[in-house]
Amino acid sequence: MVKIGLEIHCQLTKLKSKLFCSCKADYREFEPNMNICPICSGIPGSLPLLNQNAVEKATTIAMALNCEIPEKIAFFRKNYFYPDLPKNFQITQLNAYGDTSIGSRGKISINNKEIRIRRIQLEEDPGRLIYEGATERTKITLVDYNRAGTPLVEIVTEPDFENPGEVRIFLNVLSDLLENLGVSDPGLEGAMRADANVSIEGGVKVEIKNIGSFHDLEKAVHFEITRQQSLHERKIEIIQETRHWDDRRKITVSSRSKEEEGEYRYFLESDIPWVNIRSDTKDQLKTTMPENISSKKERYISKYNIAPQVADILASDKYYSELFEKSHSENDAKDIANLITTDLMGLVDTREKRDSSKLLATHLSELVDAIAKKRITRTSAKDILQDMIKTGNSLSVILEKSDLNQISNHDELSKIISDVLLNEENAANEARLKPETINFLVGKVMQKTKGKADPIITLEILKEKLGI
Amino acid sequence: MDLRLSALNYVTSIKNGDFTVEEFIEKTLERIKDVDEKVHAFLQVSDTALENANKIDRRIKSNDKIGKFYGMPISVKDNMCVEGTITTCASKVLENFIAPYTGTAVSRLEFDDAIIIGKTNLDEFAMGLSTEFSAYGPSRNPWNTDFVPGGSSGGSAVSVSANECIASLGSDTGGSIRNPASFCSVVGLKPTYGLVSRYGLISYANSIEQIGPMTRTVEDSAFLLNSISGVDSNDNTTVEKSHHDYLQNIDAGISGKTIGIVSEMTNSDGVSTEVMNATNNSIKTFEKLGANCEEMSLGSVPYAVAAYYTITSTEAGSNLARYDNIRYGYDFDSEGFEFNSYISKARKKLGPEVTRRMILGGFVPSAGYAGKYFLKALKVKSKLTAEINNAFKKFDFLISPTVPIQPFKFGEKIEDPVSFMLIDFNTVTANLTGKPAISVPYENSNGLPIGIQIMANSFEENKLFQAAYALEKTVDLPEVPL
Repeated sequence: MVKIGLEIHCQLTKLKSKLFCSCKADYREFEPNMNICPICSGIPGSLPLLNQNAVEKATTIAMALNCEIPEKIAFFRKNYFYPDLPKNFQITQLNAYGDTSIGSRGKISINNKEIRIRRIQLEEDPGRLIYEGATERTKITLVDYNRAGTPLVEIVTEPDFENPGEVRIFLNVLSDLLENLGVSDPGLEGAMRADANVSIEGGVKVEIKNIGSFHDLEKAVHFEITRQQSLHERKIEIIQETRHWDDRRKITVSSRSKEEEGEYRYFLESDIPWVNIRSDTKDQLKTTMPENISSKKERYISKYNIAPQVADILASDKYYSELFEKSHSENDAKDIANLITTDLMGLVDTREKRDSSKLLATHLSELVDAIAKKRITRTSAKDILQDMIKTGNSLSVILEKSDLNQISNHDELSKIISDVLLNEENAANEARLKPETINFLVGKVMQKTKGKADPIITLEILKEKLGI
Repeated sequence: MDLRLSALNYVTSIKNGDFTVEEFIEKTLERIKDVDEKVHAFLQVSDTALENANKIDRRIKSNDKIGKFYGMPISVKDNMCVEGTITTCASKVLENFIAPYTGTAVSRLEFDDAIIIGKTNLDEFAMGLSTEFSAYGPSRNPWNTDFVPGGSSGGSAVSVSANECIASLGSDTGGSIRNPASFCSVVGLKPTYGLVSRYGLISYANSIEQIGPMTRTVEDSAFLLNSISGVDSNDNTTVEKSHHDYLQNIDAGISGKTIGIVSEMTNSDGVSTEVMNATNNSIKTFEKLGANCEEMSLGSVPYAVAAYYTITSTEAGSNLARYDNIRYGYDFDSEGFEFNSYISKARKKLGPEVTRRMILGGFVPSAGYAGKYFLKALKVKSKLTAEINNAFKKFDFLISPTVPIQPFKFGEKIEDPVSFMLIDFNTVTANLTGKPAISVPYENSNGLPIGIQIMANSFEENKLFQAAYALEKTVDLPEVPL
């Protein structure tokens, strides 16, 4: 049986400041080394100052993953040399001398299967090495410490996955969960990274590191299983080792360097006193914790009679569910849900599109209301949505500007339809014989009115004029 | 004008208008010029001191509110960051490191209108007890320049003892304030862990070290502690202090108090005859002052030095790992650069003692050896702490000689690291247990000083000062012959 375990690193991007100083947790907007201070750049004499909000966020994650949370947590130093690490040690957590990490022994369900969480720890991200501009002749590596000290949680699972598909589902569920909790924005570049360990029946554990995206993780795991199985079939011994994912060649390669071997000389970080996780703090975090995805989905189905697959999309995506929550009323919930999942989804499917979108929740309720009152057609709703996203204008402004009001005036439509029938004599004759072909004529009317004709009235007039 | 003023007398003189701040600073700078060639207390002397003195004089003239130090010259050990100054830790590795900020203890002194007169010499990264490991040459004992001044805060002790300033800030990881205080006949306090902020103190063994005052008198020690102690938002290990004025009731006496004489520190083979005699005399004095002295035992003390070096090497190995020549350091030829040889190249400028401890620090906490060394050392630490906490249920104070021996000659001990380490025998317990300890000058034998160490329970510095003050009032010591 194949066994796969994961180590997921998730940046707490929703925090204002880094884990041990007041520099910005969101380092992405800065020029290199412009988001640093004596603490996060490891200047001699500086001391780490623990960000209490980070402890709260990590506690929330541990609770959401059903972990046991100790009464007191401690921090440890993981000592190793690497140029992106300003102090040459990373402040992290460890469970070697009793449970002192923020969470232990949790679990989470995916597709009716339980995945056990071994441990959750709060730690700092290192800086970044940049090889840009390096050539064969000038081997230059640049160091950017802007990211150094960014708060991370590391989530370590038990080896409970049996195939790459389960890994993918788990990562989707986890990333939705973290986004829903309001602790992280998994869509940000580098906000979520994962390492995997893979073993096949009777084999040893092989770690895969350096995997750039979740998409590649699935590929890397798949590759590694295949590699191990083919070694096994040829009776070649599988070595317990760390392998790197080669992004270009899409294979894993053995990391030969000693730097990966784990001599970390862990010991207690005494510059940070032990932190009490008080039970009243936990209670308070529990009450302010956002509703979880599955109960949200359940509520959408039972309360509003929304189709399960629609409810699933709405509930797992924080952006959609927030829009939905803000825009719907008792009566139009189902229509708004459908508007989001059929018309809006394609328009705001990437982070960039969402960031630049000017759409407001009120826009959606206006739209649904106008459709119900037949002021606009379902067809033009998508164009109007596009306009709203781009300009942020209200429905009335858009209608005034672009003349998208539905044509439901009987006389006006009748005139237009007469013209259409004159030009489409063959189609009219065919429709008289085969009434199901009438949709072609409806389409022609829509074309002529740029989609503004009321489809039901159009149909009525057409039938009347054709005598069917 | 007498440069040998106590801090409190200096303040009175300035308030009385006996002399101006500028006059005193000028004279101090002259003194440094005269004697520092012989004693080498300073690695760097301030070039803005006179200007700052002048500013304070003008504020005094216009009746502005003046901080309690009134422009008093205070020196600072060169392992504390002072913005804009080179802060070397007496190491070649940091010879070009300009601190971008001022640490809390120093900025509190400056806030109270002290003038930081210069940065003092130390053993490289505060590892040593003679200043012989300074990369910039040792300091010399003003009582006899053939002898070491103690360390690692040797430069600070010398600067006070040789009248080159009125007070100094040192740091104490295993006795680095008290040892040179004892060797140079000044008062040295290692406060309770957490009482003084370490922000800006370049870490050597961060779980046990503290900044503390080195002064001429016990009152001056309390006076400085008033300024530098208390909770600091830049150091999460600091705590709110329970006493706001350590000078208050400092003369309360110790009548009726109980004093434990730590037998492991007082009656061991390592204690010299002169030191033994001085200690016995001090016990008689304490009894005359109305205290009840009684010999007692702290059973883990014989293991404390081994535990101390194991723990401090582990932490040093981590704290000093950042000196990898990437962010600051010196140029070296990158020809033949290879990842694994990089660190040995980058560290080649570290001196012998630091190198020794870095190697030890790479070994004792490593997988497979941590159980035998580092974790065992932590056990000694917690056992010793339990023992001393228990002792303070019965005793108000614990006493011993500060150092088992008197100052030694240069080169005398340096070849034998283990006997060198044992000189810390009496001082490391206060660090491992977090307790406050003070060294008070008590005798002078063969022209060289001897100090007595008093320890008290955590955050009982006020009581500690009362005992130290009472003892100090009974002694009459000679003037430094320099």
